[in-house]
Amino acid sequence: MSRPADFIYILCALCFILGLKLLSSPVTARRGNLLSALGMLVAVVVTLFDRSILDLRWIAVGLGVGAVAGAVLARWVAMTSMPQMVAVLNGFGGLASVLVAWDSSLRFESLGGWSAGGVVVSILVGGITFTGSMVAWAKLNETLSGRPLLFPGQTVLNAILLVAALGAGVWFVLEPGQARVVSMVALASVLGILAVIPIGGADMPVVISLLNSYSGLAACATGFVLGHPVLVVTGSLVGASGLILTRLMCKAMNRSLGNVLFSGFGAVSGRSAGVEGSPHPISIDDTYVLLEAARSVVVVPGYGLAVAQAQHALHELGQLLEANGADVRFAIHPVAGRMPGHMNVLLAEASVPYESLIEMDAVNPTMPMVDVCLVIGANDVVNPAAGEDRSSPIYGMPIIHAEAARTVVILKRSMGTGFAGVANPLFVRDNARMLFGDARASIQALVAAFKK
Amino acid sequence: MSADMAYFLLFVLLLSVALGFELISKVPSTLHTPLMSGSNAISGITIIGALLAAGAADSDRLRLVLGLGALILATLNVVGGYLVTDRMLRMFRKRGDDRKDASGKEGP
Repeated sequence: MSRPADFIYILCALCFILGLKLLSSPVTARRGNLLSALGMLVAVVVTLFDRSILDLRWIAVGLGVGAVAGAVLARWVAMTSMPQMVAVLNGFGGLASVLVAWDSSLRFESLGGWSAGGVVVSILVGGITFTGSMVAWAKLNETLSGRPLLFPGQTVLNAILLVAALGAGVWFVLEPGQARVVSMVALASVLGILAVIPIGGADMPVVISLLNSYSGLAACATGFVLGHPVLVVTGSLVGASGLILTRLMCKAMNRSLGNVLFSGFGAVSGRSAGVEGSPHPISIDDTYVLLEAARSVVVVPGYGLAVAQAQHALHELGQLLEANGADVRFAIHPVAGRMPGHMNVLLAEASVPYESLIEMDAVNPTMPMVDVCLVIGANDVVNPAAGEDRSSPIYGMPIIHAEAARTVVILKRSMGTGFAGVANPLFVRDNARMLFGDARASIQALVAAFKK
Repeated sequence: MSADMAYFLLFVLLLSVALGFELISKVPSTLHTPLMSGSNAISGITIIGALLAAGAADSDRLRLVLGLGALILATLNVVGGYLVTDRMLRMFRKRGDDRKDASGKEGP
């Protein structure tokens, strides 16, 4: 640990740390990301001079293919698909850790207890991260149904597989061998799939955050395999980041992590108290009249906004409302969308300034003074049953109190329940109006009405 | 790896986790998606291990496959992660900040 390269690695770690620090404000965030990328570039270049690297041909191939594929993905992915992108990247990071650890188990004749332990953690956590992320991707992409998939004996099967995987790990530490490595890879892969299939689409923000944390943990374990502190530093930073986000997401749903991971929420306890009463539909023209007279408007976007690709039209409507003298704010629930901060990115894409975005806790006290609250593609995050109905599956979840506004206009395709399958009594309140139809078409019609 | 090295790494681990919690809790919720994709890119630091694995010339075929696979995936993770984060962060703007970006052209 006293080669010049080691000191350069320390500088790289510093770049990652400062990069994260600069992420504390949207003004400096871009610089932070560039600094972090610079650190990574330097780390790669320094590693190329390592004396154990004798052959650069395959390295050139690997770097070339990976860089081109990464650049293409990053350039062409739609902002609405960002959760899928992050899931895929998580998964690839996890698999890379698995492969590096596997390679190390072949490279070193005698690993020693600590390195062998690192190999075990890398393979198990990395393997779960990889297949888990692929299932998460498929659910987010709706290649697989977003509904939780449950079967009898699921928990028992998972427990048996987990014990077997840990057993193979202990065995590997005591007596390294390829058979143990292969069984660990296989068991971790199956575990990753089984761990994510029972989790519903609406709980994906938690899963993505947790897998994010795992991918860091796997990198950290690889650091123990290679005896490389910079991997340990960065791996733990990412691990901590994912954990914090996981905790935030759980808190925003008032559920424990265990409940999210194992309950198959929405599959069994879905429909509790029915909702009595009938909704009050509203036309585009009447909505226009309401909005035209409104002095204070709050928009509550949800995943439906992303599905309808309505963010650009929404921004235009917001500008017209502001030109009309209204105060327009966008209230973001922490679990709106399919990953933490998903709505913020979509609205940023549509050029909504980030000062117009307001958090749940800040908007709720002001809600009674709001003339019109527009709920677009959101459902569970504005469901008053969360605060009133003890039998509701989402009872206790903090919500944006759209119902407290003078009038609520809900843009919705039909009267169907939300992703969690929970009925929403907001829709039949006296101050609630349903604007049925595709969200983008409705908003565009409102924009046209304002321009007339 | 010696026990000394392992203790040293555990120490580093502990401090980094503490630092990570401190840093990340200061990231505003509006930046949580870029935080995830950015931290994802950082976790591609496994690229160092992948380089060492892919560059060892004495490789048998299995090791070559493992090393090359790891390198492609880690590079994809790093490059894709940083670029997409940058693409997102470019879009965050203040009120009245009318930079002429791809998404800023429209308007009444």
